[in-house]
Amino acid sequence: MNTATLVSIRNLVKTYQRGSEKIEVLHGIDLDIPKGDFVCLMGPSGSGKTTLLNLIGGLDSPTGGQIEFDGDRIDQMGSGKLTDWRAHHIGFVFQTYNLLPMLTAQKNVELPLLLTKLSASQRRQNASIALQLVGLQDRAKHKPSELSGGQQQRVAIARAIVSDPRLLVCDEPTGDLDRKSADEILSLLTQLNQEHGKSIIMVTHDPKAAEYAKRIVRLDKGTLVRDPA
Amino acid sequence: MKYFSLIWASLFRKKARTILTLLSIVVAFMLFGLLQAVNQAFNGGADAADADRMITNSKYSIIDMLPISYQAQIAAVPGVKAVAFASWFGGSYQDKPARFGVFPVVPDEYLGIAPELQVSKETHAAWNATRTGAVVGESLAKQMNWKVGDKVPLVADIWPQKDGSLTWTFDIVGTFHNTKDQANGDSALLFRYDYFDEARQYGKGSIGWFLVKVDDRLRAESVGKAIDAQFGNSAHATKTQTEQAFAQGFAKQFGDIALIVSAILGSVFFTILVLTGNTMSQALRERIPELGILKTLGFSNRAVWWLVLLESLLLAMLGAALGLLLATAAIGAMKDALSGFGITRIGWSVIAEGLVFAFLLGVLVGLAPALKAMRLKIVDALNA
Repeated sequence: MNTATLVSIRNLVKTYQRGSEKIEVLHGIDLDIPKGDFVCLMGPSGSGKTTLLNLIGGLDSPTGGQIEFDGDRIDQMGSGKLTDWRAHHIGFVFQTYNLLPMLTAQKNVELPLLLTKLSASQRRQNASIALQLVGLQDRAKHKPSELSGGQQQRVAIARAIVSDPRLLVCDEPTGDLDRKSADEILSLLTQLNQEHGKSIIMVTHDPKAAEYAKRIVRLDKGTLVRDPA
Repeated sequence: MKYFSLIWASLFRKKARTILTLLSIVVAFMLFGLLQAVNQAFNGGADAADADRMITNSKYSIIDMLPISYQAQIAAVPGVKAVAFASWFGGSYQDKPARFGVFPVVPDEYLGIAPELQVSKETHAAWNATRTGAVVGESLAKQMNWKVGDKVPLVADIWPQKDGSLTWTFDIVGTFHNTKDQANGDSALLFRYDYFDEARQYGKGSIGWFLVKVDDRLRAESVGKAIDAQFGNSAHATKTQTEQAFAQGFAKQFGDIALIVSAILGSVFFTILVLTGNTMSQALRERIPELGILKTLGFSNRAVWWLVLLESLLLAMLGAALGLLLATAAIGAMKDALSGFGITRIGWSVIAEGLVFAFLLGVLVGLAPALKAMRLKIVDALNA
């Protein structure tokens, strides 16, 4: 594996069992994501984009093949180790924000830090910095229901970056937003990529969103169509 | 605990539902506290009973009197160390039935056989020196605001005086402290038997029951049989039993309080178990994606298991603590009315028992949702 490569995927296969039927969703994917890349994953519905994203993010385990993250084989990690690895290396951003509704923005951002040994004041401070970075420090005490969609997604991004992960995994982060909010979120992701060195892999259906990425990878029926890298 | 705010926030995710469930737990544990206090009061005598002390009373009825001459005969039975006696006086105070025990006794004998009743030397001497003297339990004296030197008139309902008067006046010479029966023992007035026996209109030379101290508690049963055998063919056959059995038999005159309390509490707790279990399961179903998020962020399966279980425990323990606190406050507020029944407070043992019940309730209710949460697969949970 090249030292400049963050994620290296080889012959990745994912099969789901539905009753007695086996459905192969990914058929031998090969993909490299260099450090600092901003790659957009596109393709029709059911092409396996989210499945590939979940495997890269360590949310699911592959049926075959290998996934290497900065030299570590995550496909060989057990559930506990994978959980730990996720907490340290990956930040997640979802289409529906997935904030905990009963917590304030500040507390939502602090969530990943509960798993660290940081003191309460350090957790508060780090969460404040993350909220400041996404421009929402004045909304720290607000609950998700008191924020707009764009603001909720900013909180979700703050939560994703608060523990300083190396890779941001974004599953249609602008899917529920209007154009203006979507552009703001994409600009923020670009800023995180360019100014803070975060590698980003993003699934989207939106060609305009894809324009923000450094490159586009297309999936069709579980097979990589084109990888310009 | 750094997870507390997360658990607390999760618990009150649906405020109205949680508050209603909490209220039902509070009411259940308040009921538990009050009923257990009643149960404890009724069984307080049995709990405080001395293992090497026995009661000899009439074989046929507790209200049949026994001749005082039996005292010497009982004292002569091998294995008997000491014998004292007491009688039921009853009576009314200030036009209301006395809600405390009133017993004529021989001071030296009675205090000698019941060392848990502690009186000062001065009080003891004053009692021996005053024919109409009486000692009262500390809590009773406090409740009635009686002081040394006060004259307390009681109106008899069983025992008129020779002159036909129903009013017996006692001089308070001091108080006693009961080191054993905290619930009931301080709520009594003891006066001198010689005053009672000389002044009463009828029943001279009779007593209610004997207290018998045995040399060896392991031989108590055989000593009891020997005592009863002496009087088996007399006009006043006796029944000798341990103090505990006597106290339990006395309490059962009112019904099997423990069984009634257990039946009520069993029904209440079963309902609470179902209700709270349903609430927790419903809460879990609604939060599956959120639990998926926690796992996505790096919370382990075990951590999620603990979060759900602790939430259930917090709900149960909080409800129990509030319920027991309210029960304590309720008994405190009704102290005057309840103390006559021996209900003065909720014992620490009841509080501890309540908290153990709450813990078990929390575990029982939270275990299934916690296991379900632990087994959730992230991808399925996020799509739920």
